[in-house]
Amino acid sequence: MKIRIRFAKTGTLQYIGHLDVMRYFQKAMRRAEVEISYSQGFSPHQIMSFASPLGIGLTSEGEYMDIEVSHCGTSEEMVGRLNEVMVEEMKVFSFRRLPDEGKTNAMATIAAADYRVSFREGEEWDRDQLLPLWGQFLEQEEILLWRKTKKTEGTGDIRPMILKAVWEEDGSFFLRLSAGSSKNLKPEAVMEAFCAFWGKEFHPFALRIHRLDLYGIKEGQLLSLEDFGEEIR
Amino acid sequence: MRKLALSDEILRTIEKPARYTGGEVNSIQKDPGEVEVRFAMCFPDVYEIGMSHLGIQILYHMLNTRPDIWCERVYSPWTDLDRVMREKQIPLFALESQEPVRNFDFLGITIQYEMCYTNILQVLDLAQIPIFASEREEDSPIVIGGGPCAYNPEPLAEFFDLFYIGEGESSYFPLIDLYKENKAAGGSRKDFLKKAASIPGIYVPSLYQPVYQEDGILSSFVPLVPEAPERIKKVIVSDLDGAYYPERPVVPYLKATQDRVVLEIMRGCIRGCRFCQAGMIYRPVRQKSVDKLLALSARMLESSGHEEISLSSLSSSDYTEIEPLINGLIEDCRKRKVNISLPSLRIDAFSLDVMSKIQDVKKSSLTFAPEGGTQRIRNVINKGLTEEEILDGAAEAFRGGWNKVKLYFMLGLPTETEEDQLGIAELAEKIAKRYYEEVPKENRKGKVQITASASFFVPKPFTPFQWATMESEEEYLRRARLVKDAFREQLNRKSLHFQYHEADVTVLEGVLARGDRRVGPAILEAYRLGCLYDAWSDFFDNEKWKEAFRRTGVDPNFYTVRERGADELFPWDFIDIGVTKRFLRKEWERAMEGVVTPNCRVSCSGCGAAVFEGGICHEN
Repeated sequence: MKIRIRFAKTGTLQYIGHLDVMRYFQKAMRRAEVEISYSQGFSPHQIMSFASPLGIGLTSEGEYMDIEVSHCGTSEEMVGRLNEVMVEEMKVFSFRRLPDEGKTNAMATIAAADYRVSFREGEEWDRDQLLPLWGQFLEQEEILLWRKTKKTEGTGDIRPMILKAVWEEDGSFFLRLSAGSSKNLKPEAVMEAFCAFWGKEFHPFALRIHRLDLYGIKEGQLLSLEDFGEEIR
Repeated sequence: MRKLALSDEILRTIEKPARYTGGEVNSIQKDPGEVEVRFAMCFPDVYEIGMSHLGIQILYHMLNTRPDIWCERVYSPWTDLDRVMREKQIPLFALESQEPVRNFDFLGITIQYEMCYTNILQVLDLAQIPIFASEREEDSPIVIGGGPCAYNPEPLAEFFDLFYIGEGESSYFPLIDLYKENKAAGGSRKDFLKKAASIPGIYVPSLYQPVYQEDGILSSFVPLVPEAPERIKKVIVSDLDGAYYPERPVVPYLKATQDRVVLEIMRGCIRGCRFCQAGMIYRPVRQKSVDKLLALSARMLESSGHEEISLSSLSSSDYTEIEPLINGLIEDCRKRKVNISLPSLRIDAFSLDVMSKIQDVKKSSLTFAPEGGTQRIRNVINKGLTEEEILDGAAEAFRGGWNKVKLYFMLGLPTETEEDQLGIAELAEKIAKRYYEEVPKENRKGKVQITASASFFVPKPFTPFQWATMESEEEYLRRARLVKDAFREQLNRKSLHFQYHEADVTVLEGVLARGDRRVGPAILEAYRLGCLYDAWSDFFDNEKWKEAFRRTGVDPNFYTVRERGADELFPWDFIDIGVTKRFLRKEWERAMEGVVTPNCRVSCSGCGAAVFEGGICHEN
């Protein structure tokens, strides 16, 4: 049966790369004695896939992986078993069963991601003064930015990929951005574009980026990847 | 978030920041307010190498069983962070607490190979601890060295407060208790060092004075205070089953060189190869019981989640219960879907059967370490392996489907002739020929692939070859090229491949391995000239080392090509490893005659290791 796991990667674990997170979970599955399915052959490996790997320096409470298990306990029990053998800064939130049919692969279904962008101490921007400028920035019909992605590099319009952008009262930004294999926008890119609009030099290290959740599309609506699965009771 | 010693900006701009952030599964956090002794345990190489070392894992967990001690880990910062730390004056820190090492009570450094000596100085320097032991203050950590290179500590004598000679399980607790007592009684650093000198296995270099003859040879090695014993006898564990072994190994996030459970089955080796230091200093041979090992393996796999387990020993085939052990492991690991890796197994019917069960024959290769190209030279080095055994082992493997063979040789061995050198190519050729004889054309899956590699022999202290002279860099390379040319002339040359190691590193390793206190300044000068990570060929800079020798007036030839007399006093002779110098000399003479000495299971040769309790010497 297919299982979707939502987990958080926080604190000092922002410095652990994606491949290491994968290896971490392979070992955690063994420590928790999860009856995960293996591939065939002399060196069988666990059937496990991750959605949208997080870069080094980013934290998240909306990370996902899909695994296959032969059988398992209730969601509550499995979350407890995993967390017992995990480090504090990497925690499992949910362990849900995915429908057997249909395109459910976590990576393939991603459409959007929510981020919170805040600032390192002493690097904050003056919200009261800049809020009107932020408004003008978002009202533009197109926002051109030079970007390099896996597929292309060049100047493109990122405005359609900003689905929602709010400068919150606490000084942080809430961003909902297109994500996935066809259209993907990084939160840094939005901040960089805003800096260009404002005429300020962009310092990537001033930002703290935290991913809140990932979404897929179901019946035309964004749906948290977590909600594609059902609690096992 | 756990506090980190390095800023976000630094961590995001260096390679593999996880080398420095700690917090791994099974690493130990304690409340600094609750402990009395802070111990930083260091492997002076990069994290992925250092984390793979078994000895550190044992000592780390053993020290942490005591509630009054917090042992943390330290590794060499990689060159990128090294630059940043110097520029920003960031003191070297331990991984667990992220606090500066200079505030600790102890800094323990394991010294596993000569080519890490400049990294030791880097660790002291970055930690902002005075490099010379004599310049350390009352509140500087006590810097203690251990591991195989501590068996000739003299080149490093001035940089360490103490050396620990022997196995760490034995004397660390008495040493730390003494430290606590001395501190409670208001004793000074000097008081502690003097008292520590009488703990078994502890050598305090500042309490000894080497005296040299006019020709530069050591004439005496004098203890300066009554507390300093004339000889330091190594300390060992007599009962391995009863010795501490960690059941919850630290699991790195980064892929370490050893990304697996390491199960130590045996210490020491019965073989007595005359070039091998480990084979002498770890005598007598002691082994763990199968029951103990199977129980340990289960617990370590469960607590770590590792997907692979490896056996560790100098020669696993000599473990007396190897068949029940491996069969037991195979059964348990199959259930757990854990892979088994079996290094240092002799090729025979049993090991081939085992390997065919646990590995993909198509992908794996056979390994032989004949070390020498002819039977004559193999007798000189006391390597029991015969040509017949190699060819028969290979033939059996070829019939079982293997077609890759790795061969390890040494060049520059004592008494070596051109015949021995050319013999390397001839032996490889015979193995290839055997493949084409054994495997009918229709069953062959491509060519047989035979890879031979040669390293250059470095004489080590406490071996029968400690009297050997070395060759020049040019001579090593000449011999290697001769062998390379011989490979090109073989009939099956397309199936053969020969490679050889660097020769300049060999000569340097030779100087450091059998060096004395006068070599120390050259190491420091090399470090000041920028030498670091000398064990990494990308970084090794022989020109800087040559310059360091010139500037400090150290003549490398004195330590390498000079002939040593039968009665010469060696800088390491004050250490007692059990095995006597008389036995080593007898072995040297037998080597010159080409006479083989039987291994410890066949008969006792009276090496002297029987002074220790336990192990093979007292089995019957």
